[in-house]
Amino acid sequence: MNEPLHLWLIPVLPFIGFVLNGLLGRRLPKAVVSAIALLAPLGSFLVVLFASRAALAHTEGYGTWITAGSFNVDITFVLDQLSLVMLLVITGVGFLIHIYSVGYMHSDEGYWRYFAYLNLFLFFMTTLVLAGNALVMFVGWEGVGLASYLLIGFWFQKKSAADAGKKAFIVNRIGDFGFLIGLFLLIATFGTLSFSDLAAKVAANPTMSGGVLTVIALCLFIGATGKSAQLPLYVWLPDAMEGPTPVSALIHAATMVTAGVYMVARTHFIFDRSPLALSVVAIIGAATALFAATIGLVQTDIKRVLAYSTVSQLGYMFLGCGVAAYSAAIFHLMTHAFFKALLFLAAGSVIHAMGGEQDMRKMGGLRAKTPITFWTMTMAVLAISGFPFMSAFFSKDAILAAAFASGSLGKLLWFVGLVTAGLTAFYMFRLWYLTFFGETRSHDAHPHESPWSMRGPLVILAVLSVGGGWIGAGRFGAFLSPVLGTNTEEMAGSLEYVMMALAVAAGAIGWFIAHRMYHQRAAAQIAAPAPAGYTLLQNKYYVDEFYGLTIVKPLIAVSKYFLEWVVDIAILGGLAWALSALAVFFGAILQRWQSGNIRSYAAWLALGAAVLLYFVLAPHVFGAPSLHLGMAGH
Amino acid sequence: MHIVSHEVPLVWYLILSAVLFCLGIVGFLIKRNLITVFMSIELMLNAVNLSFVTFAHQWHEVKGQIFVFFVMMVAAAEAAVGLAIIIAVFRARSTLAVDRIDLMKL
Repeated sequence: MNEPLHLWLIPVLPFIGFVLNGLLGRRLPKAVVSAIALLAPLGSFLVVLFASRAALAHTEGYGTWITAGSFNVDITFVLDQLSLVMLLVITGVGFLIHIYSVGYMHSDEGYWRYFAYLNLFLFFMTTLVLAGNALVMFVGWEGVGLASYLLIGFWFQKKSAADAGKKAFIVNRIGDFGFLIGLFLLIATFGTLSFSDLAAKVAANPTMSGGVLTVIALCLFIGATGKSAQLPLYVWLPDAMEGPTPVSALIHAATMVTAGVYMVARTHFIFDRSPLALSVVAIIGAATALFAATIGLVQTDIKRVLAYSTVSQLGYMFLGCGVAAYSAAIFHLMTHAFFKALLFLAAGSVIHAMGGEQDMRKMGGLRAKTPITFWTMTMAVLAISGFPFMSAFFSKDAILAAAFASGSLGKLLWFVGLVTAGLTAFYMFRLWYLTFFGETRSHDAHPHESPWSMRGPLVILAVLSVGGGWIGAGRFGAFLSPVLGTNTEEMAGSLEYVMMALAVAAGAIGWFIAHRMYHQRAAAQIAAPAPAGYTLLQNKYYVDEFYGLTIVKPLIAVSKYFLEWVVDIAILGGLAWALSALAVFFGAILQRWQSGNIRSYAAWLALGAAVLLYFVLAPHVFGAPSLHLGMAGH
Repeated sequence: MHIVSHEVPLVWYLILSAVLFCLGIVGFLIKRNLITVFMSIELMLNAVNLSFVTFAHQWHEVKGQIFVFFVMMVAAAEAAVGLAIIIAVFRARSTLAVDRIDLMKL
């Protein structure tokens, strides 16, 4: 076949970085730790660039992992158009965020630990994306969850951070359960987990639709809702903001949380055969987009606004998947990676400037003091709000157009998406105004611009956020069509322009309201907003409280009163107690044998010898043939 | 042949050996003085030695004789160690009655 591309280098380089920094980092100087940590993703990025020139799709096998009867799992990596886009985003944006981290984490004690985890994340994320079958993907899937857990709880001395890490891990576990069931069903139905074999088998059965495919698709989608923070499993992502800000940018905005979208796109041939599953994906996506956007309207923590924005934008991507516009979803995934990473990094720069303050009510007036952060953030805000000819303008428009074109349900979903676009513009400009405009509302902070290692990635990402849309506008679907198939019906030109105008108008209305509310009013009024509905949003619809009441509390009650008291103490403890009592009882009997009287021991010895002698000699003396003690007959 | 009639029959040796062994066992079981118990053990060893040489003579087999040498050597070593222990026990407990040397009893 074609020449080897050494795809294994892509995950292995970060893994080497992880091992070196993880084992030796504590003793190495910071410059060496940074060098190792930066070279790993840079090397992977270069390998991806080199590989992108090859003929796609390219498959590399590294041996067999599991063989059980006719069932077989190989360790294979596949580079096709879809994984290429993902890899470029992951290693490219990942490298930029590594550079940024050098500045952001500069004075942290756990510097080496931070970079070891970050490289570990890249290892698992690239494995997930390169995987040629669902089981290797699952390894990466679980691994990014681990890296995410480690990095959310990076400042584990803080209880809220440790709790957030646990929450993320446990909520993801629920989704992973669905994913696993989906894998088992795939094995039971098709007898293989290789994506190419699965696609071929589905294609070979043109009549196969619904039924088991719906169940498989929904199980896989449950996994996606966990990893990609969709309703009802989104609750972990806002809390994940306890981690360092570059982590939020890399893992909880640009890459890991999009794994669910990637997985749905990768297994699209199953979803395509199940209209019901697709509808569920679209509805969940649209509902999440709207739901998270409304919560984002009133959050005061700058990172939490962005977290809810991420949940909302992921909802858009699933909306795209749900109307079978996979290439639009992946397109939005890519542009979102650019502008959301930029938003987070700029927010990190703001937090850095404010000396760790994350409450937007205490910010304000940063425009003059941090000009580069301000301008890059402005680009990102414009991009996410769908400002004409910036990245999200193209990708969001592609999703909305596809939704509009997909039947009557699609019209409703399109409308939800349009409203969400307006809300998105509102909360992004609210953040922008609160942070950069007006008078500063904190008197103990001395804002200062961030070092170059942080400003550089901001500028590069700003360029990508502005121009990223041109990468894919109009030709992304054609580029991805070998993997995702061609499906989107072309729309009439005039309708498309109307849709574009509507989306831009929605964004403009959002901006206008934010401008009126947060720029033209005094600071005192900003702090005292309208109470109607506000408390509900401020408390995030009480979803955490609802889950706490309906799931966590009963679970703790069952654990405590049934599992601990009944199972552990009564049954297991009782069993152990009974066993020990039995041993004591027999011990008490045997104890009498141990008299301490030497002559009684000797008597037992002699008696034993006599009995043995009897059995040896008895056959000779009495002619009994039945005993075979080995010596008989000699 | 006259030679056979001049020899003591094999079974007599074995009976003597068995009697000595039983005396050893009985002494071991009923005697209370540690030194007497020790001597009973030596008696049992020598009863076994006697049957060894008897059979060695009977079968014209030198292995039995070699075993006897080994047993005697071990017995000598054992006597040295055993007597040393007895002296140590006597110094510690001022008695050699086996029934009263019962520190390991529960």
